[in-house]
Amino acid sequence: MSKLSYVRTEMLPEQAPPVAQAGIVKWLRENLFSSIPNSILTLASLAFLYVILSHVLPWMFQSSWTANSLSECRSMIAAAYGEGTHGACWAVIRERFLQLVFGFYPAELYWRPIVAFILMLVALAPVLFDKLPRKMLWFSAIFPFLCFWLLWGGSIWVPIVALAGFVLGGVAYALIGAKFGNLPATIAAFLVPVLWWLLLANPVSNGLHSIIPLGLEAVESAKFGGFMLSVLIGITGIVMSLPIGVLLALGRQSDLLIVKAICVGFIEFIRGVPLITLLFVASVLLNYFLPPGTTFDIILRVIIMVTLFASAYMAEVIRGGLAALPKGQYEGADSLGLDFWQSTRLIIMPQALKISIPSIVSTFIGLFKDTVLVSIIGLLDPIGLTTNIRADAAWNGIIWELYGFIALVFFIFCFSMSRYSMYLERKLQTSH
Amino acid sequence: MSVITDPPQEGFRISQLLYDTRYRSMTIQIVALIGFLLAIGWLINNTLVNLAALGKPLGFGFLWEPAGYDINQRLIEYNSQMTNARAALVGVLNTLLVAVLGCITATILGVLIGVLRLSKNWLVSRLMTVYIEGFRNVPVLLWILMAMAIFIEVFPQPRDFRGEDPAATMKIFESVAITNRGVYLPGPIFNAGSGIVIAAFIASLAAIFFFGKWAKARQEQTGQILPTFWIKLAILIVPSLLIFFIMGKPIDLEIPAIKGFNFAGGIYMRNSLIALWLALSLYTAAFIAETVRSGIMAVSKGQSEAAAALGLRPGRIMNLVILPQALRVIIPPMISQYLNLTKNSSLAIAVGYMDITGTLGGITLNQTGREMECLIILMGIYLVISLTISTIMNWYNERVKLQER
Repeated sequence: MSKLSYVRTEMLPEQAPPVAQAGIVKWLRENLFSSIPNSILTLASLAFLYVILSHVLPWMFQSSWTANSLSECRSMIAAAYGEGTHGACWAVIRERFLQLVFGFYPAELYWRPIVAFILMLVALAPVLFDKLPRKMLWFSAIFPFLCFWLLWGGSIWVPIVALAGFVLGGVAYALIGAKFGNLPATIAAFLVPVLWWLLLANPVSNGLHSIIPLGLEAVESAKFGGFMLSVLIGITGIVMSLPIGVLLALGRQSDLLIVKAICVGFIEFIRGVPLITLLFVASVLLNYFLPPGTTFDIILRVIIMVTLFASAYMAEVIRGGLAALPKGQYEGADSLGLDFWQSTRLIIMPQALKISIPSIVSTFIGLFKDTVLVSIIGLLDPIGLTTNIRADAAWNGIIWELYGFIALVFFIFCFSMSRYSMYLERKLQTSH
Repeated sequence: MSVITDPPQEGFRISQLLYDTRYRSMTIQIVALIGFLLAIGWLINNTLVNLAALGKPLGFGFLWEPAGYDINQRLIEYNSQMTNARAALVGVLNTLLVAVLGCITATILGVLIGVLRLSKNWLVSRLMTVYIEGFRNVPVLLWILMAMAIFIEVFPQPRDFRGEDPAATMKIFESVAITNRGVYLPGPIFNAGSGIVIAAFIASLAAIFFFGKWAKARQEQTGQILPTFWIKLAILIVPSLLIFFIMGKPIDLEIPAIKGFNFAGGIYMRNSLIALWLALSLYTAAFIAETVRSGIMAVSKGQSEAAAALGLRPGRIMNLVILPQALRVIIPPMISQYLNLTKNSSLAIAVGYMDITGTLGGITLNQTGREMECLIILMGIYLVISLTISTIMNWYNERVKLQER
C-alpha cells in the first residue's frame, strides 16, 4: 500500500494576520475611520485640536518665569522668542504665589494656616478611612475649635468656652435623660448650650483670660484670602451642613406636619434663590437680625449663610438616599422594637448615607466651586485677588495667566474629589 | 359564653404627653412650633429695632421713586427718570432673556456632546470627556470672567473697522461685526406688505401642526408612513418664500455699518450679554451632557436589540424606543440644570450685565440704602421664577413619563 494521504498531518506555520486586521491599523480603522461620517468626525476633531493647541501651546511654553513686571516680562519674551511673540507671563504666579494661597495673612504667621491644614487632614482621616483607630474621632471633634483659634488667634479661652457649651449640653442630656426621659432631655440639651453661649460665655472667657492670659496674636478677617479662604469656607460649610442636612431630611420625611412644613419651606426657599443673594444677606443684612449692637465677623457671616445653603442641598441628597432604601429596612427596624432614633442611627442612616456618598461629594464640589462667589461681596478669594494684583502697576493688564492658574487649581481639587467619590462608590458596593 | 369587654378606660394623664407615642408627636410638634415662632419673632423684633434705630422703617415707597441710573441693556422702554420698580422689571426681563437663551443653547450643545461622548469614535469621545470634565470642575464665575476677557482682550475695537484699509473686517458676507463692545448682527426691517409674509409663515406653522396630526391618524388607520419630515419642511419654506417674492421682498436686512466711532443699525448684542450667555451655556452643557449620557445608558441594550429584531431602522429605534425611555431618566435632572442656569445667571453682576441682581440688588440697593426691602423682593422674584420653571417642567415630565400599570 502506498502511503498516500489526502489529509495534511502537520500544522502549517502560523502567518501574520493581514495588515488591515492587526495592530495599530486595525485599531485606527475600528476606532477612528470605521465609516465615512466617522472619518469626517475624526478629521474635524483633529483640525479642531490643531487650531487650539497651535495657539495655546506656544503661548504656554514661550513664557517667562523670572520677570518682575508685565512690561519686563514682555520684553524678555520678545528677546528670547522673537518680536511679536505672545507668551504667558507665569512670573506673576511665582511672585504672587503666597498671596494667592494665603491672601494678606501676615507672612510671619503662615505656619498657623499650614498647621491648621495639616491637622485638618489628620482630623478628616478617621472620617474618610474606616481602618484608622476610632479614638481619633475625638480629635476630629475638637479640631474645629482648634482650627478657629489657630487661624484667627486671640485668647485660647474663647474656643474652649464655646466647646464647653457642647459639653454642658451633653451633661444636661445625660442628667435629665436619666430622670425624665428623652424628650425633655433633648430640649435641655438644646437650651442649655444656647443659654450658656448667649449669657455666660463672654464673661467667663474674659474672666479666664484675665486670670491666665494665653493666646496667639489675633489676625483680623480682612487679611484672610486666597485659596486658604476658599478651603476654609468650603470645608466648614460642608462639615457643618452634613448634620443639619440629615436633620432637615428626616424632618422632611417625618409624619409631624408642622416639623415637615418648616423643613420643606426652608429647603425650597434656599434652593429657590441663588447663592449670591444669600451672600448679600450675609454682607448687608445679617447684622439686622441680631440684637442691636452685635457685630460679628464677615467671614463668619458668610460661613453661616454658606452652611445654610449647603444644608438645604445636603438635605435633598440625603432624602434621595432615604427614599432609595427598601421599605423592608424600616419595617425590619420596627419589628426589632427599635425606637425612631435608634433605628435611624443604627439601621437607616448608615445605609442612606452610603447610598448618597456620590451625591454628597458632588454637592461638596459644587459648594467648593461656589466659594469664589464671595469675591462679589468683596472678600479676597483667588478671584478677588486677581483684581487686587491687577491694581498693582507692575502687573496691570495681566489676565489669562491668573485665570488659567486659578482654573487649574480648582480643576485639580474638584477632579480628584470626583475620582475619590467614584473609588468610594466602587469600594462600598455590596451588591453583585 | 364569654363576654367581650372593652379594656378599662383610663383617664388622660399629663405624663402621657411625654411617654405615650399617641400624644408625644403632638407635644413635639407644639414645642417645635413654639420654638420656631419664638425664633422668628426674635429675629423680626431685632430687625425692626435695628431698622428703627437707623431711621429707615420698613417700607416699599422707594420703588415708585425715580431710579436715576441708566440701564444699557433693555428689552422695554426705560430711562433714568423712570421708577425703581421699572428698573427692576427691566432687570427681570434681562434675567429671563439670558436664562431662556442659555437654556436653549445649553440643551442643544449638551445633547450633542452627550451623544458624541457615547460615540464609537475614540478621538471624539475622548475630546468630549475632556470638555465635560474641564467645564464641570472649574467655577462658572471663572468661565464668565474669561468669556468677558476674551471679548475685551481679543476682539478689535469698533474704530479698527474704519478707513480704507481697516485693521479688522466684518465676518460672514460682511454682515456681522464682532467687536470688543459686543456683536452687531443684521436686523430685519419690516416694510409695507411684510405683514402678509408673516401671516403666511404663521399659517404654514398651523398647517404643519394639522398635517402632523392628520398623518399620524392616517398612519394609525392604514399603516402607511408618510415622509412627514420633508413634507413639513416644504410647507414651512415654500409658501412663505413664494409670497415673499410675490410681494416684492418686503422684508429687508439692515446690515450694521460703521458710523463715526461705533456701529449703527442692525441688532446690537452687548459683550456682557454674550459672555454670560456663552459661559452659562457651555458650563451647563457639560452637566446636561452627563445627564443625557447616563439617560441613554440607562436604557438596557435588550431594548434596542428587540427593536432591531422587529425590523426597525436605527433612526426609528432612537425615536420610538430609546428616547421615550431615556427621557424619563433625563428630564428630572435636566430641570434642575435649568434651575441652576437661571440661578447662576445672577453672576451677571460680575461682568456688569444688568439683570435683576444688578438693578434691584445692585444699584437700587446701593442708592436707596434699602437693603432689607430690596433683598426681600429680589429673593421673592428668584423664588417665583424657580417655582414657575419647576412647575412647568414637572408638568412636562408628567406627560412624557411612561405610564406604569
